[in-house]
Amino acid sequence: MKANKLSIIGQSLPKIDAWAKVTGETKFADDMFLPRMAHGKLLRSPHPHALIKRIDTTRAAALPGVYAVITGHDLPRVKFGILPVSQDEEALCVDKVRMVGDAVAAVAAVDEETAERATRLIEVEYERLKPLMSIEESLASPDVRIHEYGDGPNVHKAVSLEFGDVEAAFAASHLVREDVFYFEGNTHLPMEQHSAVAHWGADDKLTLWSSTQTPHYVHRLLSKILDVPQAHIRVVAAPVGGGFGGKLDPFAHEIAACKLSQLTGRPVKITLTREEVFYVHRGRHPVLMWVKTGFARDGAITGMHFRSWLDGGAYGSYGVASTFYTGALQTVTYKIPVYKFEGARVFTNKPPCGPKRGHGTPQPRYAMECQIDKAAEQLGLDPADMRRRNLAEPFTKTANHLTVTTIGLGECLDRVVEASGWREKRGKLPPGRGIGIACSSYLTGAGLAIYWNDMPHSGVVVRADRSGLVAVLCGATDIGQGSDSVLAYVVAEVLGIEPKDIRVHPADTDLTPVDLGSYSSRVTLMAGNAAIQAAERLRARILDAVATKLEVGSDTLVMRDRRVFVDGDPDRGVSFAQAVVHAESRFGVLAFPGSYAPPKRAGKYKGGGVGPSPCYSYSACVVEVDVDVETGEVKPREIWIAHDVGRALNPLLVEGQVEGSVYMGLGEVLMEEQVFRKGVHKFPSMLEYKSPTTLETPEIHTILIETDDPEGPFGAKEAGQGPLLPVIPAVANAVHDAVGVRIDEIPISPDKVVKALELKRQGKAPRLGPEKLPLFTFPEPRMIESAFGQPAEAIAERPFAS
Amino acid sequence: MIVPVHKSLLEVLREDLSLTGTKHGCELGECGTCTVLVDGLPVLSCLALPVELQGREIKTVYGMADNGRLHPLQQAFAELGAAQCGYCTPGLLLTAEALLGDNPAPSRQEVREALAGNLCRCTGYTKILDAVELAALRMQGSGSRA
Repeated sequence: MKANKLSIIGQSLPKIDAWAKVTGETKFADDMFLPRMAHGKLLRSPHPHALIKRIDTTRAAALPGVYAVITGHDLPRVKFGILPVSQDEEALCVDKVRMVGDAVAAVAAVDEETAERATRLIEVEYERLKPLMSIEESLASPDVRIHEYGDGPNVHKAVSLEFGDVEAAFAASHLVREDVFYFEGNTHLPMEQHSAVAHWGADDKLTLWSSTQTPHYVHRLLSKILDVPQAHIRVVAAPVGGGFGGKLDPFAHEIAACKLSQLTGRPVKITLTREEVFYVHRGRHPVLMWVKTGFARDGAITGMHFRSWLDGGAYGSYGVASTFYTGALQTVTYKIPVYKFEGARVFTNKPPCGPKRGHGTPQPRYAMECQIDKAAEQLGLDPADMRRRNLAEPFTKTANHLTVTTIGLGECLDRVVEASGWREKRGKLPPGRGIGIACSSYLTGAGLAIYWNDMPHSGVVVRADRSGLVAVLCGATDIGQGSDSVLAYVVAEVLGIEPKDIRVHPADTDLTPVDLGSYSSRVTLMAGNAAIQAAERLRARILDAVATKLEVGSDTLVMRDRRVFVDGDPDRGVSFAQAVVHAESRFGVLAFPGSYAPPKRAGKYKGGGVGPSPCYSYSACVVEVDVDVETGEVKPREIWIAHDVGRALNPLLVEGQVEGSVYMGLGEVLMEEQVFRKGVHKFPSMLEYKSPTTLETPEIHTILIETDDPEGPFGAKEAGQGPLLPVIPAVANAVHDAVGVRIDEIPISPDKVVKALELKRQGKAPRLGPEKLPLFTFPEPRMIESAFGQPAEAIAERPFAS
Repeated sequence: MIVPVHKSLLEVLREDLSLTGTKHGCELGECGTCTVLVDGLPVLSCLALPVELQGREIKTVYGMADNGRLHPLQQAFAELGAAQCGYCTPGLLLTAEALLGDNPAPSRQEVREALAGNLCRCTGYTKILDAVELAALRMQGSGSRA
């Protein structure tokens, strides 16, 4: 379909669910109240690391109003985890707790208050173990083991990959820099606390409504955890009140609600408190990073060696993927001919980390973009020009075998440089004011599912009938990003109708084809492509039937403005509803499937499954800041961001994703941190866990760049995660431009700026950041030939394409 | 109606009156999500006790539309994409309504200050500020509501 013929795609339309959201009609999971519903509560461990010696629930069970009390002994003794390689969680811990907040028992009662009171009557005897609260502590304490599995004492995963000879590249370089950075962890902080309602029916079938980003994975895992066939479980995704990666795992409250419902014969709801949301976490990993990069005299990167140590917290979660992601995407922005990556994820007695917006890539992006800024300074180059010179080539492979398609990064850079007045401002701003720049890239959907299979990643059924209504059924979850609306737009475009004529059904494992979930920025591309395929199949039948009726060739017909008519002769045609009647009369029921699986492009090496994506989005960002030299406070004045989205299916929604990403990046770089003291979360509350308000969020100038990617639906790439990435290093680089100090540790809080300024005044190196690295030997690297510069396959093999 | 004295306004609205349009983000007065208007002023319903509100007018998001006609703020929030996940939206709409009742033509900075107690994690606030400004313009243009 040609761009100039599009009528829905490219329009700034309201979301299809906007009206329900502004009137309070949207029913989130906690808004469900079913007849006879009981309310559940979890009892959580107050200790970061302890053995459970005894649990006595007698007093709790005897409390009037309590329907049931369960412990881990009431569930099948099976461990689970979102990744097949990390099956290390229990919904209710039986023998051991590994963090403050681990659940040990659950209660269902007549109301929330009674359930809460009952949890306090449960007696748990613990034998406390030494808590390990940092990467260094865990590595230095091999005698204390958090888990009995992994790649060494308290080492969950250690990886080492080398693509070409980096040492030889360094030896031939004009400049080689080694820098160390630390990125403190932070959390998603969705406005909606997780909530689930379970109903185990008298027919012995289970239904779970949950605020989850991955109903399909929850469906699979519930079957294993509860030992019930998947066919007897139905998972319905409630509208999600903010996800950002925090609702991607199966959680204790979901599992406990199911079991309690079975035991009580009542629907059971469990909604987490805000404090509990901080404990379930799965947020940004704290990562310590060492990066060594070689540069030619003109700023060209000759090779890179990147090491990361991740503080994983108490469980595996998505951590193996997170570990690989800290080393995967360095290569897709700039030409890096040879590349080496070593990473290790370490268990600690803290809430488990996992995927948060950008999953594992904002930390290395911060390190890399700050190092490039330092190198540019040393080489006497403008940081924007140096980046421009290094841009990766479109339709090539990277050193680590990732296939890159379109790249709009050059245009992104040019546009933010121009819009921000970079050339007029750089080095010419008054004292205390500075300007910084950074670039980034992100996946448009993970190339592989989290469990090995040959089935579609996204499935869509488009159904039409004589009423003229078109229904779109898809297992994807709208978490606020507008994915249901995107499905309506693409189907409306193909069928020549309006989004209002389409009803998109929310994910329901009984009714909707499987979609893997709302993560890795995959839904617009994967479910969008599946929806186009399904809609085109319906379209072909409608055109066929109408052509017969009008006695014309079907290739002479167009579908537009809710009509099917002869191109150039609008009077010769029928309404869309009438066209569906013709098609239904001729072909019977009109329900057509669409399937999508990404092209098979994974690198042929172990670990090559993390990083591949159908295509990559690109962003460039310029930030102007004021730094108060007395208080150390950093105030962003204005932000310019250009994002290569392939094609903006709805510019309004894309801008919203970009602005939201920029905001979240600002929170991470300036204030947000999930930190602990004596084994306890320092501030599990929204008041003390600082996040930006309207007053801390400056004006954001968004520029959308379109590259019309051949992999995307109507050329679209992702927009929901990538634009977060460059904000963090751009702020760090702007702080340096403003006051001449390097803050090599995130967040850049006022105390760190003040300390660095004090070092500068004393004539010491004006830098604040980690001084040493942990003692750790990475495994011998797997040696793989660099694929840098090889052309992308002309036609990638994509299953279900026809 | 009769409710236990220790129940918060938020709990009574949601659990006893089934008015689930009012959401909650912390139940500790930190996030602004549960904001309702009491006699036209924004109040955090999670910290308010019904026993202290006898005879007062309480307005939730359900009270904003007028006989099925959306409030200009609701219209502008929908049109401009100011509601992403939509969870903080009812609280923000009511806070904004109180602002425009008090100051029909606020500057952008005044809008920022008025909404500073309502957290939103999705939008970066930009579209929310735009929507409040658009609604204010439309309300002034018509001399009243929409």
